[in-house]
Amino acid sequence: MTALAALTGHYLRVSFTNKFSLVFSALQPFLYLVLFGPLFDRSGVGSWAVLVPGLLVQLGLTSAGMAGFTIVFDQRFGVLERLRVTPVSRVTLLLGRVLRDSVVLLVQAVAIIVAGYALGLRAPIAGVLGALLLTTVLSVGMASLSYTAALTLRQELFAPVMSTLVVPLMLLSGALLPMSLAPAWLDVVSRLTPFRYAVEGLRALFAGSYASSALVWGVVVSLAFAVLGVTLGTRRFQRENA
Amino acid sequence: MIHARGLTKTFGPVEAVRGIDLDVSPGEIVGFLGPNGAGKTTTLRMLTTLLRPTSGAAAVAGADLFADPAAVRRRIGYVAQGGAFAPFSPVGEELVLQARLYGLNREQARERVATLLAELDLPGVEDRTTVTMSGGQKRRLDIAMGLLHRPELLFLDEPTTGLDPQSRANLWDHVRRLRERDGLTVFLTTHYLEEADALCDRVLIIDHGRIVAAGTPDELKTEHGARTLDDVFLAVTGRELREGAAA
Ligand SMILES: Nc1ncnc2c1ncn2[C@@H]1O[C@H](COP(=O)(O)OP(=O)(O)O)[C@@H](O)[C@H]1O
Ligand SMILES: [Mg+2]
Repeated sequence: MTALAALTGHYLRVSFTNKFSLVFSALQPFLYLVLFGPLFDRSGVGSWAVLVPGLLVQLGLTSAGMAGFTIVFDQRFGVLERLRVTPVSRVTLLLGRVLRDSVVLLVQAVAIIVAGYALGLRAPIAGVLGALLLTTVLSVGMASLSYTAALTLRQELFAPVMSTLVVPLMLLSGALLPMSLAPAWLDVVSRLTPFRYAVEGLRALFAGSYASSALVWGVVVSLAFAVLGVTLGTRRFQRENA
Repeated sequence: MIHARGLTKTFGPVEAVRGIDLDVSPGEIVGFLGPNGAGKTTTLRMLTTLLRPTSGAAAVAGADLFADPAAVRRRIGYVAQGGAFAPFSPVGEELVLQARLYGLNREQARERVATLLAELDLPGVEDRTTVTMSGGQKRRLDIAMGLLHRPELLFLDEPTTGLDPQSRANLWDHVRRLRERDGLTVFLTTHYLEEADALCDRVLIIDHGRIVAAGTPDELKTEHGARTLDDVFLAVTGRELREGAAA
């Protein structure tokens, strides 16, 4: 427990010192909010309360999804090996980083929601708080998988592979335009990705439909995704040459 | 302090370590001498729980490597060949974090870091990054990182490679002092024969993943009728260590 607090605290201090990456990793959803949001709001497809949940998932993909980048450096400079030679459990070594990523994402998510309010977003406060919680769960899975990928792929491949992967995953989630508009085949492919369920769950929360099946599915899939991510990540940290 | 039997490690087709037996007693400084690619780092990474041996058994600092790796980790310090500091982070923060991972609270950790840095002639460097430091300073910093939790056994992987002769001698003094004062056991790798000769109580010569000779520097010289460890190396491997090191 002390080890987890020490690790998370340390990583948070590093992240909040380097404000550039804090802003940069949230830049894409922020640009969509400001430059695409006004169009979306007038398009007749949906209001701000439909778009902003999608942008939270996009944020999860760009911010937590690229988290693995930091471990590439730690691995190169022997920092990771030095941590692995301590008696701290491998899951703690992973979670120390992942919790930092979740806190960072939470701060970014709040910033996007506040900016959304300024532009015209209206949503019940309980729904927004629930959405932040669900986004956090999603970010745990996303960050863990990002570290798994970073420790598995060749160093120079991580950034191009992940930033390319993020695009189809984001489009397929229906983050930008609801999948109710999609032709059947696209709808089917979209249902094969976890982010589709997260987006719809978040939209249900922003709409105040707390008893909808979309929300139940969003929560179940996001939790399963987080458990899968942490399990794979821990295993990767345990592997002899992680 | 270390008892290893038949340790091997293969990476795909590469047999990096081919059956190593080791015994190191408490308080010894033992040198693992061999050319680049001999299997020194691989052996060290196995003994420090970082790499799972392909076969073999080992007890390190009184704990079984396979059954209780966490106990091994608590009792050993490891200074990797390439160091342990990222170049852009203040070294004090990294050291305090590491100390806290061994269970010290923030105050204890700060105090321990300050004491150790002073002992290693690096007083007050906490706010600096390694970019501004010399090779010798960086290496002493790595050693401080390995000693935070007062381990019984310290592994040093090529502690003086790339250092000038003066920094090298200075580092040897620190290692000797740690053994004298704290009874620290030290297992180090090197490809410098002078280092093995000047610093180590005992030397194990490793070549192509096997130990090909072992003994005190004097025993080895007598046994092989050699004047220097260079000649011993030549006698047991048929090659000059320098050529091996350059390859
Ligand atoms: N992770 C690895 N994957 C594949 N081969 C490796 C790996 N680590 C070391 N080797 C190989 O094992 C042999 C021994 O390497 P190493 O233990 O680093 O030698 P030394 O430390 O004595 O220079 C070398 O041939 C090296 O290329
Ligand atoms: Mg080596």
